[in-house]
Amino acid sequence: MAALALEGTRVIDLTYSYAGPFMARLLADMGAQVIKVESTQRPELTRPLILTDNDLGEEYWNRGGYFNLGHRNKYAITLNLTMDQGKDLLKELVKLSDVLLEAYSPRVMGNLGLDYDVLKQIKPDLIMMSLSGYGQTGPKRNFASFGTTMESQAGIAQLTGYRDGGPVKTGISYCDPITGIMGAGLVTAALCHRNKTGEGTHIDLSMYETGASFVGETVMDHAMNGRIAERMGNRHPYMAPHGCYPCAGDDQWVTIAVGSEKEWQALCNAMGDPAWAREERFSDPLERLRHQDELDEKIGQWTRGSDHREVMEILQAAGVAAGAVLNNKELLFDRHLKARSFLEVVDHPRAGKRPYAGMMFKLSKTPGNIRMPAPLLGQHNHYILKELLNLDDERIRRLEEEGVMGTVPAAAQLMGVQLTMEQYQELLCMPEEQLMRVGALVRKEENFLEQLGLKKGQEGGES
Amino acid sequence: MSGKRLLSGVKVLDLTHCIAGPFCTKLMAGLGAEVLKVEPPWGEPARTFGPFPGDKPAPEKSGLYLYLNTNKKGITLNLKTETGVKIFKDLVKDVDMVVENFEPRVMAGLGLEYKALAERNPALVLTSISNYGQSGPYRDFKGYNINALAMGGLMYVTGQPDREPLKTGGSQAEYIGGETGFLASLTAYFYRQATGTGQHVDVSIMEAIVSTLEYKLEMYSYQGFIAGRWCSRHPFSYPHGDIYPCKDGYVAVPPLPELETFSTWLEQPELADPKFANLKGRIDNLEQFEAALKEALGRKTREEYFSDGQDWRLGTGYVADAADLTRDAHLWERGFLSKVPHPEAGGITTPGFPFRIDGDPLPLTRAPLLGEHNLEVYGKLGFSREEMTRLRQNNVI
Repeated sequence: MAALALEGTRVIDLTYSYAGPFMARLLADMGAQVIKVESTQRPELTRPLILTDNDLGEEYWNRGGYFNLGHRNKYAITLNLTMDQGKDLLKELVKLSDVLLEAYSPRVMGNLGLDYDVLKQIKPDLIMMSLSGYGQTGPKRNFASFGTTMESQAGIAQLTGYRDGGPVKTGISYCDPITGIMGAGLVTAALCHRNKTGEGTHIDLSMYETGASFVGETVMDHAMNGRIAERMGNRHPYMAPHGCYPCAGDDQWVTIAVGSEKEWQALCNAMGDPAWAREERFSDPLERLRHQDELDEKIGQWTRGSDHREVMEILQAAGVAAGAVLNNKELLFDRHLKARSFLEVVDHPRAGKRPYAGMMFKLSKTPGNIRMPAPLLGQHNHYILKELLNLDDERIRRLEEEGVMGTVPAAAQLMGVQLTMEQYQELLCMPEEQLMRVGALVRKEENFLEQLGLKKGQEGGES
Repeated sequence: MSGKRLLSGVKVLDLTHCIAGPFCTKLMAGLGAEVLKVEPPWGEPARTFGPFPGDKPAPEKSGLYLYLNTNKKGITLNLKTETGVKIFKDLVKDVDMVVENFEPRVMAGLGLEYKALAERNPALVLTSISNYGQSGPYRDFKGYNINALAMGGLMYVTGQPDREPLKTGGSQAEYIGGETGFLASLTAYFYRQATGTGQHVDVSIMEAIVSTLEYKLEMYSYQGFIAGRWCSRHPFSYPHGDIYPCKDGYVAVPPLPELETFSTWLEQPELADPKFANLKGRIDNLEQFEAALKEALGRKTREEYFSDGQDWRLGTGYVADAADLTRDAHLWERGFLSKVPHPEAGGITTPGFPFRIDGDPLPLTRAPLLGEHNLEVYGKLGFSREEMTRLRQNNVI
């Protein structure tokens, strides 16, 4: 087996939801031993999202696609950090670890008596990542925030939208993953620094600023010209054509962007040199920018007749930047992603065999892969306490009895609100019919496992 | 200020242009790496892209370039000449990393593929950021930001269900590629520290984008759903994150495990109606629910909504633009924004880094002028002033 780049690095992960766990996952994929800390009182809140069969059923907390994707390659322990015993065990683990990740509001770690200054006393070269909405300092430091609302706050949503409409949020909680990637990079930088100097580091990462740094050029434009950029839909300030065009079939689209005269000529050739393309109003980049409505209409008439991937292939062969708009299923079947081994099939003890997005980037000598499926709740309690902390069975039994740890959620809850199982079912299982009616879900394919080559009824078995 | 620089002593040869590569090396330079940017004698393309002060193009005043190349040194070198390629190979001997974001054919075409560079410097980390990666059937596909967003799956889920998919604003594909390159390069560098082994880092922007929305893939592989787009709405927990007009702009709705608190605060009792208690009920009564929500939000200004909501610990947000960011005292206090002096462009408000190290912001120093460090760098390589003049005459530097 190939070596792993971050092998020998141990990471304690106290984060929850999207950004933090994604950050930890990126480190785990590259070989760090990541220990996810949950509690039976508050298991990771995303555990029951995207459940197999869209039903709570048995052990819902171990059957969620969202969790199983975001936590592969990690170990899991449950520790009640509001109890002294839980805190003490965490401190013992910190002594044996290189990195601690946390994503609480800035007050919380202090309130738990686990802030950086305390932890540094017991582990002087600790690398601690504190991820928060607004950062650990500044007037907004204690403000609550979420990856969803942050896209608005950071100046990204303002730039997204149809030209005749209001601001639009991206179809994911965009600021979460981009902050997770940033954080994983910073932790790795701090690890490199520690290799050289032996020093630990406290990193204060702000989701707000991460989002804002992704639209930095608009801040520059404002500083230089007092300008506030307008929403441009799929258009570009100086490239035309530049857009998303309809193709044959339901909801199929292709993007085309032309950045030079050569590419424009290539597009015209690929379309069969239509007479309209030689008209004065499309004769140079400025003219094409001025007459974009007509231009888009004409190109759309041409793309409309073919499959979106076919249009892409024809245009790419001609030297035009074209990209089909791919949906989640198409990505799972994409020939390029398959050829690059980006997709990996993993067998999970409760969810069976499923394909997952694999390594985010490729390192030629230490490629990494999905080595183990996501952990069940508290799956590694015994391993960690025995192997790492040298506790005996009797002590572990007592910790379980006293509620410091366990493998079953204490109650159904979401973000601290206790719910009945009925409410929980309603909250966590997707109302398929409703979501399909409004378009949030396009359709459901009952035979998806067969299509994926993973026959139903044999979950966990051979495909 | 502690002055700690996490990457001090790390030498990076920066062959990047436009956004993705420069953002990657900007982060490295901010953390203290010695980043030497190599541009052709006519400057990299970002110098010709705006924004420019007064919209007057000038190679030393491109806002995009000035933003993305802070803390770097810069030289010019023409890799389309044999001498240029030879000099580049000499520069490679003395660095830890090379970062480039050309189309995959280009480096090999110049004779500068990983193998050739590793011959000069076996422990080298070469990071290549491209739209579709260094292998596979789409390797040589052309692509701009919008194409990568489409191929990575982000566009399909963004926008209205009955209209064309939307690209996210700005140049998000490139920024994602850049920060992924930052993470990937340092991961490889960490391994090199431990083992002395270099390697080739292959970042496909398409795959990086897929990774940001990877859970959508599981909506198919766990449940058989094709995930659609639903305006700004969250398919698991609408109205979480959704955007609505308010009195003077737009606001974003926080997650609502308890609609009751929200309705009490907004004095809109209708929102607490049990028929809206779960997603199913909210969609079945979407018009009514949305009307009540809009009415309540329409009574607030952005500022009232944001700060009152925070008093209720609700995680409220509003739609900010560049002007809002620029006047946010929080961003100035944290050192994210500062005015960076520049001999030609003046002191321009420039975003820095989204993090602090041991409590301090990182110092931000201006981007290099074209060829600003030629004398220093080529001097160190042993070129005399006369030789440099000749190189300049031959359009090598």
